[in-house]
Amino acid sequence: MKVLAALSGGVDSAVAAARAVEAGHEVVGVHMALSRNRDEYRTGSRGCCSIEDANDARRAADKLGIPYYVWDLSDEFHDRVVTDFISEYEAGRTPNPCVRCNEHIKFDTLLERAQALGFDAVATGHYARIVIREDGTRELHRANDPDKDQSYVLAVMGPGKLARAMFPLGQMRSKAEVRAEAAVRGLGVSNKPDSYDICFVADGDTKGFLERALGTRPGDIVDENGEVVGAHAGAYGFTVGQRKGLRLPRPAADGAPRYVTSVDTARNVVTVGPETLLSVRTLSGSKTVWLADDVPAATPTPCSVQVRAHGAAVAATVVRDGDSVRVELDEPMRGVAAGQSAVMYAGTRVLGQATIDR
Amino acid sequence: MSHAYDGHVRHYLDHAATSPLRPAAREAWLNASERVGNPSSLHTSGRAARGLVEDARERIAAALGAHPTEVVLTSGGTEADNIGVMGAFWARRDTEPGHTAILTSAVEHHAALDPARWLARHHGADCVEIGVDEHGAIDLAHFADAVAGAAGRVAVASFQWVNNEVGTMQPLVELVELAQRHGFPVHADAVQGVGHMPFDFAGSGLASAAVSAHKVGGPVGIGALLARRDAQLAPIAHGGGQERRLRSGTVDAASAWAFAVALEEAVSDLSAEAARLAAVGERLERAVAAAAANAIVHGPSRPDAAPHIVHAIIPGAPGEALLTALDLAGIDASPGAACTAGVIEPSHVVEAMGYNATAASQTLRLSTGWSTTEADVKALEQALGPAVSAARATRSAG
Repeated sequence: MKVLAALSGGVDSAVAAARAVEAGHEVVGVHMALSRNRDEYRTGSRGCCSIEDANDARRAADKLGIPYYVWDLSDEFHDRVVTDFISEYEAGRTPNPCVRCNEHIKFDTLLERAQALGFDAVATGHYARIVIREDGTRELHRANDPDKDQSYVLAVMGPGKLARAMFPLGQMRSKAEVRAEAAVRGLGVSNKPDSYDICFVADGDTKGFLERALGTRPGDIVDENGEVVGAHAGAYGFTVGQRKGLRLPRPAADGAPRYVTSVDTARNVVTVGPETLLSVRTLSGSKTVWLADDVPAATPTPCSVQVRAHGAAVAATVVRDGDSVRVELDEPMRGVAAGQSAVMYAGTRVLGQATIDR
Repeated sequence: MSHAYDGHVRHYLDHAATSPLRPAAREAWLNASERVGNPSSLHTSGRAARGLVEDARERIAAALGAHPTEVVLTSGGTEADNIGVMGAFWARRDTEPGHTAILTSAVEHHAALDPARWLARHHGADCVEIGVDEHGAIDLAHFADAVAGAAGRVAVASFQWVNNEVGTMQPLVELVELAQRHGFPVHADAVQGVGHMPFDFAGSGLASAAVSAHKVGGPVGIGALLARRDAQLAPIAHGGGQERRLRSGTVDAASAWAFAVALEEAVSDLSAEAARLAAVGERLERAVAAAAANAIVHGPSRPDAAPHIVHAIIPGAPGEALLTALDLAGIDASPGAACTAGVIEPSHVVEAMGYNATAASQTLRLSTGWSTTEADVKALEQALGPAVSAARATRSAG
């Protein structure tokens, strides 16, 4: 197959590309330039879009003996990921930019451009497995390494895109194994630090990033009875389930910690309350993407559901009605934020995902 | 030239970026590299090395209509342009502090444009960038206005001979004539014209001109500033005072020698070779038109154009996708514009010609030279149509 390997400049994508080459595919490396401000060299472990990253990607391609190109997708990234990130927070929801990037950039813009240029598939360094059944059906599964599993942020791509994706790292047992393999292959990025957090919030300060984008909008923090208990500089900067950074002048009457229980950016009000109010038994989601035609979930179907990138999955029952899903949780769950993805699994297999409305 | 790279046949159509080393130049370099001695040393070995440098200087001078004294060897075109612009500005400011204006054009190569802009940002220069017409030719009326506006304050003017992206020849004769009437010197970036068209420094009226070896099939890492004896120039780097005290640093004798050999070969049969490349260029123009009927093409079929550059704006075809498709088809081509970390910037030349940023990033430059063959042209003729279609498809995708 003709395979386009997305090379971020990190160790995962370099080893993924190497494995695609080794599998006998005709591989071409492409580094996506996603940042509008590229005149930066890496400082610390964050970021994925510096000049140094592009150089690292180029050197990996050199080492693998594959063609290498840089494609400037910074406008698309800004319009579809960064702008969405800001407007979702502004609407009181908690976005996941990695999901949006996979949905709109890696497995849409990049995949479609690759196809236009004659490529059969896009390979990335994501940790997830694609299982092809005897009848040819493709299933998306969690990676072998549960710590690195990224199926949660990939489910959004849908079945059509899954048919053109390759995840050569899905079988790896650990990141250490990937690094060791990179070292054996002579890839210079074998000991490059991992990237964390959000690539376009270079200093890791999401609140500061939002403040620069949206300005300060002072308002009230109220308790579950509507009584004003504090002040904030912008309701958009809070997430349901958040406990730190509330700066409440007085403790609650019972002395128990208080959490953000709702964010209303239209009224610019943040509501706090005890942990018990955070618990939910039911989730409803929309913009559903379903990956398992053989498990339509038209009637209540047992599954496990995950609502955060690094959260544990909990047992639940899902019912799907077209674009919407309703999930009944076996046990109460706390810290469920609107805007995040709910991903439904059957064992390690991804059934589908939806964006949480409430 | 088709050559094998990693087992794949490549068709090289990017001579304006760098031209393959001529075999005679490689031979000359290898021979000279065995010599021992610093050309500034006084002993026998040093004098022998110096002899090689001076022979090279004389041959370079003869090929360009200059006196050997006027040849200042540099590390390449960029350094020569920097001395020609910054050196002239500083020398003039030292003697006449009121002369702070630099007149240049909006379509200069960054090697000449960026020193002028840097002087404006950091040293109080008043930098005026003259506009161009839709073909990239400097607007003489605008230049006349700028000269009138800066009367008595011009330190130096700096204009390219041939535009490196679109191949347009600038009206140097007219530009120099007006400059001479107003008594200010003109530096020319001649990098892209030398070796393709006759160049006579003595008759040009220029104060200085930058040339580069690797654009004519010599080695990378050497070039020259042609500078009249009476040109007022200050050095931009300081050291041992070699090369008329304008360019300190040990002279690279082997590269100078190979530069001379390449340049002599390039100018020896210049008119026939220019005619050959112009004919090739016209075929490339037709290939572009066949691949994209609505392409805006600048090539050697028009008057006042270099023979070796064909430039196209291809509506709907992003430059990076087009280059990816051509590269995978075995063609080495260029967008024309500069890259930052591999990202193609919208061309400042195409924007100055009046196009928007989208058009300025839908560009393709094909450039030919001494090693270009029929096979290269045929390969491009076959590859360009599918490449344009694929590049256009990437735009509707996603």
